[in-house]
Amino acid sequence: MRIVIRGGRLIDPARQIDAILDLFVAEGCIAGVGRPPDGFAVERIIDARDRIVCPGLIDLCARLREPGQEHKATIASETRAAAAAGITTLVCPPDTDPVIDEPSVVELIRRRAEAAGQARVLTLGALTHRLRGERLAEMAALKDVGCIGVGDGGRPVPNTLVLRRALEYAATFDLTVFLTPIDPWLGHGVAHEGQVGTQMGLPGIPASAETGIIARDLELVRDIGVRVHVGRLSCARSVELVARAQADGLPVTADVAVHQLHLTEIDLAGFDSRCHVRPPLRGLRDRDALRAGLANGVLGAICSDHQPHEPDAKQAPFGDTEPGISGLDTLLALSLRLARDETLTLPMVLERLTSGPARILGLDGGHLGVGAPADVCVFDPAADWRMAAGTLRSRGQNTPFLGWELRGLVTHTLLRGQIVYERENVDLS
Amino acid sequence: MSTANMQLDRQGRLLHFLTVEGLSRRHLTEILDTAESLRGVAERRVKKLPTLHGKTVVNLFFEASTRTRTTFELAAKRLSADVLTLNIAHSSTVKGESLLDTLQNIEAMQCDMFVVRHQQSGAAEFVARHVKPHIAVLNAGDGRHAHPTQAMLDVFTIRRHKPDFSVLQVAIVGDILHSRVARSLIRALNILGAADIRVIAPRTLLPAQVETLGVRVFHDLRRGLQDVDVVVMLRLQKERMEGALLPTEQEFFQRYGLTEERLELAKPDAIVMHPGPINRGVEIDSRVADGPRSVILEQVTNGIAVRMAIMSITLGNHARPTGENS
Repeated sequence: MRIVIRGGRLIDPARQIDAILDLFVAEGCIAGVGRPPDGFAVERIIDARDRIVCPGLIDLCARLREPGQEHKATIASETRAAAAAGITTLVCPPDTDPVIDEPSVVELIRRRAEAAGQARVLTLGALTHRLRGERLAEMAALKDVGCIGVGDGGRPVPNTLVLRRALEYAATFDLTVFLTPIDPWLGHGVAHEGQVGTQMGLPGIPASAETGIIARDLELVRDIGVRVHVGRLSCARSVELVARAQADGLPVTADVAVHQLHLTEIDLAGFDSRCHVRPPLRGLRDRDALRAGLANGVLGAICSDHQPHEPDAKQAPFGDTEPGISGLDTLLALSLRLARDETLTLPMVLERLTSGPARILGLDGGHLGVGAPADVCVFDPAADWRMAAGTLRSRGQNTPFLGWELRGLVTHTLLRGQIVYERENVDLS
Repeated sequence: MSTANMQLDRQGRLLHFLTVEGLSRRHLTEILDTAESLRGVAERRVKKLPTLHGKTVVNLFFEASTRTRTTFELAAKRLSADVLTLNIAHSSTVKGESLLDTLQNIEAMQCDMFVVRHQQSGAAEFVARHVKPHIAVLNAGDGRHAHPTQAMLDVFTIRRHKPDFSVLQVAIVGDILHSRVARSLIRALNILGAADIRVIAPRTLLPAQVETLGVRVFHDLRRGLQDVDVVVMLRLQKERMEGALLPTEQEFFQRYGLTEERLELAKPDAIVMHPGPINRGVEIDSRVADGPRSVILEQVTNGIAVRMAIMSITLGNHARPTGENS
């Protein structure tokens, strides 16, 4: 279908475009920016006046719960939620059940995602067999069937020798390694180790549970030279460590989950299990340092760290609940809040959601250059809405942002030039 | 909503007793005064009051307990309530039914009060949020968070010996990190305006930023005990050696065990308390535990009156017309 997205403010951070420009789409690709290609016969016009047109969002960490935990969510349910949230690419970590440590699991996820047709689902292969941290996974085979990288799937490798060899092996095949830094022993608690955790009597996770592992990982990168991405940072000192490594020229990137930019340990008040996340919500200083790290580029991407749960998973005393927030629905609006707070400019916010993560993944995507796949997000930046139960598209309703007043609503999402989401009553804002 | 607010009705009266956090001196004094008036009941020939006649109290114990459970049972019985005690083994392997399911089942038996002990911090509040509004919930200990009835019986016992809190110096010794008793007692003492609250322990047994609870920190028992009016010893669990928190019980006793000689450093009329059960020769020497300064058994006796007071106050507030009955 040949589509023109007309009259919108087009922001393409990768190419530093921020202007009112029409966008032309044909045969699944961007066919023209500002003016149509020769002989362009329009089949569909999307009126984007007063809207922002940007590349489809790329989310570096989203648990889709399939295979293995279909009672929480499915690839179909979550990719549908992603489309409605302007997200066109999702990266699925390897901690599915079975673990993504053999080609058949990669194939299964690909097939299900293609059948759903709502978003691209990229997979990270396991770094070690069954993610047990003991033997190497068949990383070369995983790469051959399309894994975009390999990772620890939220279960850091405790044995440093195994990790070092896994990094060397991954580097052999030019794979980026996605690590989640949390010390298995120090990370045994459920809340940030600090004043709030002490008062509530919640077993603490000190900042050093994160920084210690990052320091170890960075030293291994220094030895080996492998590309490493550390995901979901939560501490001020973690940002410092990564910044220093980057300044030294190490091939290291990092991201932050969007909830860490808005919530702190204070939000645990009343033992709110919806705020039970891993790594835990930390102090105000940490939150501010994460924001600053995002602004200066040490953190190259904002991700949803999407973890949908069935209601029962959160209906228990705090420490007995499962960690995680259902984050797809709020990724864009919570990120846009950073522009409202003047933490980042609007183009910078969008960069951290599009070309930033694309660069980390080594993808030629996340931009609107002519010839690129037409993954596009159109949103109304002025639309106010209130997070309410029932407005979430994700199967997981577990979010502490219920009741928040948010601004910015997706009106259209295009995937490979097809409209996969179109908001009804688009003029109602 | 914080725990502190949800246990009060709109007039600020206690509907549940989940924590002493957020309560006023008036609340605590009401409990202490009521307990004082109920203390005599046990000395009567008929040890019973009709206050909770026709009410059903359910003790929901997800964690082992003898002292707390029995004193709650006795308190309810002395107020003429019907009492049911459920000891629910709770381990990750024997889970089965969820806490919510357990609650709903017992609720269906038409009860008026739940007394809850659970190994997770915040469990009592979780129960209070999920029960029908006519049910009062008392926290009999949740994880490391709170043990408010223990704190009340501790300050009750202190008040009987040392009525003026404004000059009171208290030392709490031992495993503060894992102790809900310590957290609640520190809060209660602060609310009542105690002059000086000290915690004495090695750093491995102190939670992060413990001073923000409103205490002074000592690592040296001798210095910490200097001139105090009250010494509260905490129980040391044997597991602490395995968790690499302490090398041996012997070394702990050597540094932090309360002996007669060390007690000499406190004021001459200082009292010694312990929430029990005591580990003789680990945190406290037998001669101190059984000695003239020890009020450990008095604490147990007082526990009944204090729990009677809290039961009558909370259920009384539920019965008032402004309380939402359904």
